[in-house]
Amino acid sequence: MILMQGKGVSKGVVKGKLYFYERPSTTIERTEVTDIEAEKARLAEAQEKSIAQLEVLAEKCREEAGDESAILFETHAMFVEDEDYVECIMDTLDEEQCNVEYAVSVAGDQFAAMFAAMEDAYMQARAADIKDVTRRLLNNLMGIPEGGIDSDEPVILAADDLAPSETIQMDKSKILAFATQGGSGNSHTAILARTMGIPAICGLGDSLKKEYNGRLAYVDGTDGTVILDPDELILNALRTKFEEQEARKELLKSMKGKEDVTLDGKKVNVYCNIGSPDDLDAVIANDGQGIGLFRSEFLYLAANDYPSEEEQFKAYKAAAVAMNGKRVIIRTLDIGADKQVDYFNLHKEENPAMGLRAVRICLNRPEIFRTQLRALYRASAFGKIAIMFPMITSVWEVKECKRACQSVMQELTKEGIPYNPDTEIGIMIETPSSVFIADELAKLVDFFSVGTNDLTQYTLACDRQCNDLGKFYDPHHPAVLRALKMAADAAHAAGIWIGICGELGADLDLLPTFLAIGIDELSVSPSAVLPLRAELRKSIAQTCTLDLLKS
Amino acid sequence: MQQFTYTVNDPLGIHARPAGIIAKMAKPYADTTITITKGDKTVKASQLMKLMSLAVKNGDEVVVAAEGPAEAEAIAAMKKFFEENL
Repeated sequence: MILMQGKGVSKGVVKGKLYFYERPSTTIERTEVTDIEAEKARLAEAQEKSIAQLEVLAEKCREEAGDESAILFETHAMFVEDEDYVECIMDTLDEEQCNVEYAVSVAGDQFAAMFAAMEDAYMQARAADIKDVTRRLLNNLMGIPEGGIDSDEPVILAADDLAPSETIQMDKSKILAFATQGGSGNSHTAILARTMGIPAICGLGDSLKKEYNGRLAYVDGTDGTVILDPDELILNALRTKFEEQEARKELLKSMKGKEDVTLDGKKVNVYCNIGSPDDLDAVIANDGQGIGLFRSEFLYLAANDYPSEEEQFKAYKAAAVAMNGKRVIIRTLDIGADKQVDYFNLHKEENPAMGLRAVRICLNRPEIFRTQLRALYRASAFGKIAIMFPMITSVWEVKECKRACQSVMQELTKEGIPYNPDTEIGIMIETPSSVFIADELAKLVDFFSVGTNDLTQYTLACDRQCNDLGKFYDPHHPAVLRALKMAADAAHAAGIWIGICGELGADLDLLPTFLAIGIDELSVSPSAVLPLRAELRKSIAQTCTLDLLKS
Repeated sequence: MQQFTYTVNDPLGIHARPAGIIAKMAKPYADTTITITKGDKTVKASQLMKLMSLAVKNGDEVVVAAEGPAEAEAIAAMKKFFEENL
């Protein structure tokens, strides 16, 4: 038996094959080749495979998002066979007697450069399409699987650590659990796992070895263990846990359709945090009553260039329509700090958590902000959208955000594009300064939502990405809970509501404290909705105390 | 040879999607050459990337021409597409 101990960051017990994530190599080597015909045959094969993949994607898109997006993939499929593009590949092969990977990358660079050099911004952006198609051809030539996971059955995904831009492109239906050498409870892998409702263990360090690739493993997200070849005793314990887990699932199913209310009638809105429209199914399956935090970053992280207004609009509209009149709070872009995007060309910062991030980028670069706000307001015509600004520290920032909203609304009015002028505007409370001036901020907005991860990090001066801070990073610290109460009191005095959209919202140990503080909304991972509802329906708000606010 | 002149009336001009559709439409007419000309540049309708690289914008005038056995049919199909979509 091999037992690896890490930190369990998302609960659950599963059994499956360990699969080590291989980072696709991005450099293409040029090699001399004598059999050019063989290279051409490989090209033909890769083209065929690429086109087949794109046709499947187009079909999937047509079912889910309609004709418009499907045509994009069909266009990509045509790029694969484009006369001039293929001619360029063939010419390079004949002239240079080189490997086909090199010839494809030359053609890709050449055509991408041609588009990038055009004056028209739209055409410049098509360079990304060429790169995308070229990447697909290269992946197929080099045998790199689509979606990063080359397995027919779902696997336990093992890696050193995973970046948000990596997880976003993975085929989630093939992942049973995550096991990583690095990372922390607040890493994006952890958040993703909780959103998906699958176990995750991080901080396994060197005990997680590449040579275990392909072996059958048991992952216990509660204990934080990964086990190979369990002995009889452990196996029995795992079986019991698995059975308990299944029984619990049954109990939770009975919570569907029930109201989110305490025994003494205090209603709390239980909403969901999501990272992309892909998570909407999980929200609906778990009976979430709204979206408390839609992280718009996925649009920026998954792209090679700034996402267009149209692309953003489609994603926001999809959420608004799917939630069918229930509130959908979309947070404007929260890039920077641990979420870096190349094309933003941000300077490398010593201390990015306190650097140019989130709303600060938006206020410095109004054109990026305007595109997102236009997409948001356009989507507001299709459901109950609310807009939320992250990383607020000052009154002037909120005023400037609101001015940007006003000017976007005026534009849309002039253009005759429908939108909801009463779209709610809220802010994240995640900096100590926003807590101190919460009374002034509350007068300017319709709601507060507390980002407990950042609020804890900034209040306690503890980097949330740092693995070693352990006991010092304490989200239950009385200072954090008192900050929550100060913000809540200010919100209620101004007649607005306050929610929590950080990880703490799902912490059932704190539910009595939240009820005592008078939190109106809790936004949690879809998989946490039903456990929270079950706990809420057993609680009595009037008897809850503020004891935890004292050290 | 048959041809028509058309002024594009679409905010994005001949962008990727219509270009893709035009290239797709041109494929079955293997023996008939369909060309699109903007200014002094002419490309075959089936050359998707070249067609996009013309960067035809809103208000630009293009000449669509067809030559070959099915030119009448091809030009009618192109005309219909341009009028309905661009």
